Amino acid sequence: MENTIVKAENYNSYFGDNHVVKDVNISINKNEVIAVMGPSGCGKTTFLRGINRMHELIPGATSKGKILLDGENVYDMNAIYVRAKIGMVFQRPNPFPNLSIYENVVAGYLLNGIKLSKADKDVIVEKSLTSAALWKEVKDSLHKKGTFLSGGQQQRLCIARAIAMQPELILFDEPTSALDPISTSSVEALFHELKANYTLIIVTHNMQQAARVSDRTAFFYMGELVEFDDTKQMFTAPRDQRTQNYITGRFS
Amino acid sequence: MEPKLGIRNAKSIAFKGVIIFFAFLITVPLIIVLLYIIKQGITQVNWHFLTHVPVPTGEKGGGIANALLGSFIMVMMASVVAVPVGILAGIYLSENPNTKLAYYSGLCVDVLQGVPSIVVGIVVYFWVVKPLGGFSAIAGSIALAIMMLPIIIRSTEQTLKLLPDSLKEAALSLGVPYHRVIIKVIVPCGFAGILSGITLSIARIIGETAPLLFTALGNNFLTMKITGPMESLPHVIFTYATSPYDDWHDLAWGASFILLMFVLVLNIVTKLLTRKWKIQL
Amino acid sequence: MENKRLELSNDQLKWETIFKWFLIAMSILLLLIVLGVLITLIVESMPSIKSLGISYLWGKVWDPVQNIYGAYPFLIGTLLTSFIALIISIPFSYAIAIYLGEYNPKGWLSDTLKNAVELIAAVPSIIYGFWGIFVLVPLVRTLEMKIGVIPLGAGVFTASLVLAVMIIPYGASLGITLIRMVPSPLKEGAYALGATRFEVIRSVIMPYTRTGLFAGVLLSLGRALGETMAVTMLIGNTSAIANTFKNLVFGPGNTMASVIANEFAEADHTMYLSALIELGLALFLVTVVINLIGKRIITRFTNN
Repeated sequence: MENTIVKAENYNSYFGDNHVVKDVNISINKNEVIAVMGPSGCGKTTFLRGINRMHELIPGATSKGKILLDGENVYDMNAIYVRAKIGMVFQRPNPFPNLSIYENVVAGYLLNGIKLSKADKDVIVEKSLTSAALWKEVKDSLHKKGTFLSGGQQQRLCIARAIAMQPELILFDEPTSALDPISTSSVEALFHELKANYTLIIVTHNMQQAARVSDRTAFFYMGELVEFDDTKQMFTAPRDQRTQNYITGRFS
Repeated sequence: MEPKLGIRNAKSIAFKGVIIFFAFLITVPLIIVLLYIIKQGITQVNWHFLTHVPVPTGEKGGGIANALLGSFIMVMMASVVAVPVGILAGIYLSENPNTKLAYYSGLCVDVLQGVPSIVVGIVVYFWVVKPLGGFSAIAGSIALAIMMLPIIIRSTEQTLKLLPDSLKEAALSLGVPYHRVIIKVIVPCGFAGILSGITLSIARIIGETAPLLFTALGNNFLTMKITGPMESLPHVIFTYATSPYDDWHDLAWGASFILLMFVLVLNIVTKLLTRKWKIQL
Repeated sequence: MENKRLELSNDQLKWETIFKWFLIAMSILLLLIVLGVLITLIVESMPSIKSLGISYLWGKVWDPVQNIYGAYPFLIGTLLTSFIALIISIPFSYAIAIYLGEYNPKGWLSDTLKNAVELIAAVPSIIYGFWGIFVLVPLVRTLEMKIGVIPLGAGVFTASLVLAVMIIPYGASLGITLIRMVPSPLKEGAYALGATRFEVIRSVIMPYTRTGLFAGVLLSLGRALGETMAVTMLIGNTSAIANTFKNLVFGPGNTMASVIANEFAEADHTMYLSALIELGLALFLVTVVINLIGKRIITRFTNN
């Protein structure tokens, strides 16, 4: 299917001998918002990090199987290239403390020694910050360090930083769990706007968030992809008993 | 029969008194030493003292310019070697704490930290002085560099270990290669801490005499020739302090005062850097 | 853009690998330095080891002119100075550790004392030696006259005094860290039972930190053994062994470090030099072992 952007085929992840992600097969389309949910330790974050090859940076971490990005297996590609192509936003906002807001947005270029003209950089900074709904709030303090920003603003800065690299796919690893409710809703509103230009995969431990923001939801349990369906469908009439148990709060 | 509460309380108060007495008693020798050096030395120091070389005993107006220049040159040369090696080794130890190499080289850092400075001096004598055919500032610098290494390595390692992992992850996820993550993100973020290790190591070696006794030796003339013997502050103190001449003793007092001031300033700078680093965290 | 990005990434992978190998190389360099030190010491003391053998250690005569070498005087000197210094310093190190670790861990007075202790460690040993010659030696001389030994002033006792001051900071700073690590619940339990401050220190804090404090003593010892300059300037520099204990302590002597410092430059024949290097080797081995044991105890203690 030409619309597929990410496809996992028999994908497995290990920490040493620990088999953490078991035989996942999943197909994700362009401009979809996918929520990945499940109880703690179910492998959802490990799976996410396998997509942009962050998983293997942990000593002893390995994986088997394929993950296709636009038809090409990321595990056959240059890992650095893969990570540059895919954006990632983490649980705790992590802007670089030694760089200004401006520099943080273009950090993906700066840190790689890619030389851009000031005009180009200005355009990228404004576009990315606008897409992250942060431009108005920081446009007069671009050259200050980002330490005065609130948690929600810092997280949107991290989103801008990811967007600046012009990825097609952005991965979110529990992006709002360290934020207060107001910041959380501002970030969730952002997902809706980003959908037009990007594909988003969002790992969340908050079921309500999954129901609020996503088109389709994947439910992981004990390393397996138990169910992957239309979000409305999954939350009203789940097909697997385990999904049902999770949704009704039998375990969390 | 349990001793009465009154006696037990009295014991406790008496103990506290004893502890406070001994704890603060230690400041007495420190103050005596510092005051004595300052009193004896400060009168020696003037522009002439700092810009002239020593003269034979009996003649007026010697100075320690050769020692000042020599110490400066050798500390710089030692730093040029020890700082990059130390920082890189510190990076390795903090990034790969569980490898065998990290264990054994960590052990080596501990060993180097405890080696008596005279032993370093005699080893470098065989490594550098004998093959080169004579004493040299190069040999002295190498001995000093070996002594700087453990301090720089440990403080770099500790500094970097305190940085949050999320910093590295953020950079790696942008497609930044490992070496750039370290050089452009991790090291700059830990800069104050790493720098404090460097200033601490300089404070330590600037006063070291034993490693220079058989490597750089000494030199009565102002020289920049690093392939020959060179004077240094601690060595000039040693030479003139143990001489029988009063005017040379005066030189040694002046030099001691200067050395003490350098050490004090460097320690204060180290403390300020450490504080800045801790606040940043 | 994509092609440029791919090109860049391929380049970067190469540099990544080079950098990682460079880091490894620096760590290997450390190993090489330590091995190099050990091997150099062994190789250069070979002539002496071969011809004098193990009896070198208890040979009582050191006479380079007649080519007779015995390390015994220096072993005695080293042990005496180090142990006297340790004994003098322990009450002070403990007092500082208890005061700053338990009684007064924060505040301006505490910071001042802490800075003073660090300052003691920062003063270069040559300055202690120099000061000792002009201030301490005359004082000790008057003391010696009172107790009836030859009033040389310089000697084992004088050197031990200065050494004691120099090693106090090492035991003290370790002690402070250890005492602060005693878990509050342990102390609070004792207080709740009605113990006085002194009793809590004696029966809770001291036993808890006992192994760690012992490690601190070891590290101070290691420092004392290797100290050269101050000792060289104050110990009187003789290789003869005194006949009475009083004279041993108050008379002149030499340590392994100080005899090397004094005579290395004059060692004009191989056997002389080699005998001195052998002392250096012994010094190296002993200080390394003591330091490693001390560090091992501390890591085990802090990991618990």
